[in-house]
Amino acid sequence: MTYTAGIDVGSTYTKAIVLDQYDRIVGRAMARTGFRLGEAAQRVYDEALAEAGLAATDVGYLISTGYGRFQVAFRDLQVTDLTSAARGAAFFFPKTRTVLDIGGQTMKATRIDEARKVKAFRLNDKCAAGTGAFLEKTARYMGFGTEEIGPLAATSHQAVPISGVCAVFAESEVINHLSQGAAPADIMQGAIASLGDRSVQLLKRVQMEPEVTLVGGILRFESMADLVRDRLPTPPNVLSSDIVQYVAAIGCAVLGRQRLRARAEGAAPAAPPTRASAATGEIVSVDPDCGHCVGEDTGEKGEGRREKGEVMSEE
Amino acid sequence: MPYAAAVDVGSTQTKAVVIDEARRLVGRALIDTGANVVQAAEQAFAIALEDAHLLEASVDLVVGTGYGRYRVTFGNFQVTEISCHARGAVHMFPATRTVVDMGGQDTKAIRVGPTGDIADFCMNDKCAAGTGRFLGAASAALEIPLEELGPTALRAERPVPITTTCTVFAESEVLSWLSRGRKIEDILLGVHQSIVSRAMGLIRRVGIEREVTFTGGVTRNVGMVQALNDALGFEVNVSADSHYMGAIGGALFAMDRILGHYRASPQS
Repeated sequence: MTYTAGIDVGSTYTKAIVLDQYDRIVGRAMARTGFRLGEAAQRVYDEALAEAGLAATDVGYLISTGYGRFQVAFRDLQVTDLTSAARGAAFFFPKTRTVLDIGGQTMKATRIDEARKVKAFRLNDKCAAGTGAFLEKTARYMGFGTEEIGPLAATSHQAVPISGVCAVFAESEVINHLSQGAAPADIMQGAIASLGDRSVQLLKRVQMEPEVTLVGGILRFESMADLVRDRLPTPPNVLSSDIVQYVAAIGCAVLGRQRLRARAEGAAPAAPPTRASAATGEIVSVDPDCGHCVGEDTGEKGEGRREKGEVMSEE
Repeated sequence: MPYAAAVDVGSTQTKAVVIDEARRLVGRALIDTGANVVQAAEQAFAIALEDAHLLEASVDLVVGTGYGRYRVTFGNFQVTEISCHARGAVHMFPATRTVVDMGGQDTKAIRVGPTGDIADFCMNDKCAAGTGRFLGAASAALEIPLEELGPTALRAERPVPITTTCTVFAESEVLSWLSRGRKIEDILLGVHQSIVSRAMGLIRRVGIEREVTFTGGVTRNVGMVQALNDALGFEVNVSADSHYMGAIGGALFAMDRILGHYRASPQS
């Protein structure tokens, strides 16, 4: 019972991590989320346990996060993506005060305090042009798969400007550039640059403070990190390995360790999750300066999926 | 006898029509725009001429409209699609005060004055939400031909709520409803209602004034007509030729010029 685990059920990938009592990674696994969120979580968890050579009973605390966190039936607790990413980022870079998390269908900027509590956050989760889906679509229009994005962009010499206003309209933009003889690598790099611009805008809105740590699946494309680095006043922290995709899951497992310790010390019993600090955050579902979306008629409904303003109080 | 023509090069499809002196529609053509816009315009014009049993020489003026209007190399002048849709709608339904043009990549709401002049318009050109593009995505995701989407949606009993704004995310939302075992017709009605609700945002911005005429390629979809009627609370004007409305308006401007009525031929 000395191990803890974290499962991050993201919109695109589900990640599982198992940590030992010294917070070392002993097992990890990742798979496409698909539409059966609970099953995806179970599958990657089993895989991570197998890699660690452990049984489920060896794990003392399991926390889930990500948009499918409520579908993880075997969880002890769930925390929001913001909390888990902040915890994970601070685990690797303790001086982290701002976290940028770019995933398949969301982009999040979070400012945290010394106690790693979320102070302010902004989300972009209503428009694919501000998320990894934009890169995925751009790649697909050119006949490339998701995993080819990084290697492809790495060969770019001169990025082609991509407006990045809409992931759907990007198709005609891409076709135009291709027909004018632009290299797919340069178009891909252009799309990444456009996402980089968006992420810096989001960081500015939470009044970023150093150190800034970049996490999330999109950061596994090295040129993404390079582009954000070029646009920030101080160099951000970036994990260089593919572990960057697991940061939120690791954050969960680290939080789980704290829960276990608190329990062992007989300290204050684990407080039930509350929505206490909801007032500190603000969800910007549609970029307020963008205004391109026609979503105003039912724009509010979409937020149900994201549990508006829900920030867990920890410990 | 003078003839006028117009080619409406849309993002998805290219439409061409030929009208006679009495402003009757004598030839029409509809093809996919594809990658070669210039060629699509030429081809559509050729088909419309054939349909009208006319030679190119019999047509006195050709107008280019739509997003590819400057690629209509044989066009005598260009008119924006907003002017053309308004003109066509007022010609076909004289009491029109609001035009809703829903195409493959953009949706426009146009308010017209009593004389058919454009009072205001609003369009989405930077986001695909609320355009016909979403129907294409739903068609691909559900593996149902585009023309069957509307009739299928009309069979729905319990529409699902489509909550995502972005067309890209909505595509995955559609698949997730499917994996949860919801009926295809219920998902499709949800899709139609979601597109209409985005479009309603645009329509409200220009102000809803009756009569409302529905134009553009999406008018062929009976489910969308029904969803729009439901959202407005009254019936929109729609005809079998609504899909050609931009080209019809363009040809009317060309005929004006042929007949010496320069008044209402806004150039762009």
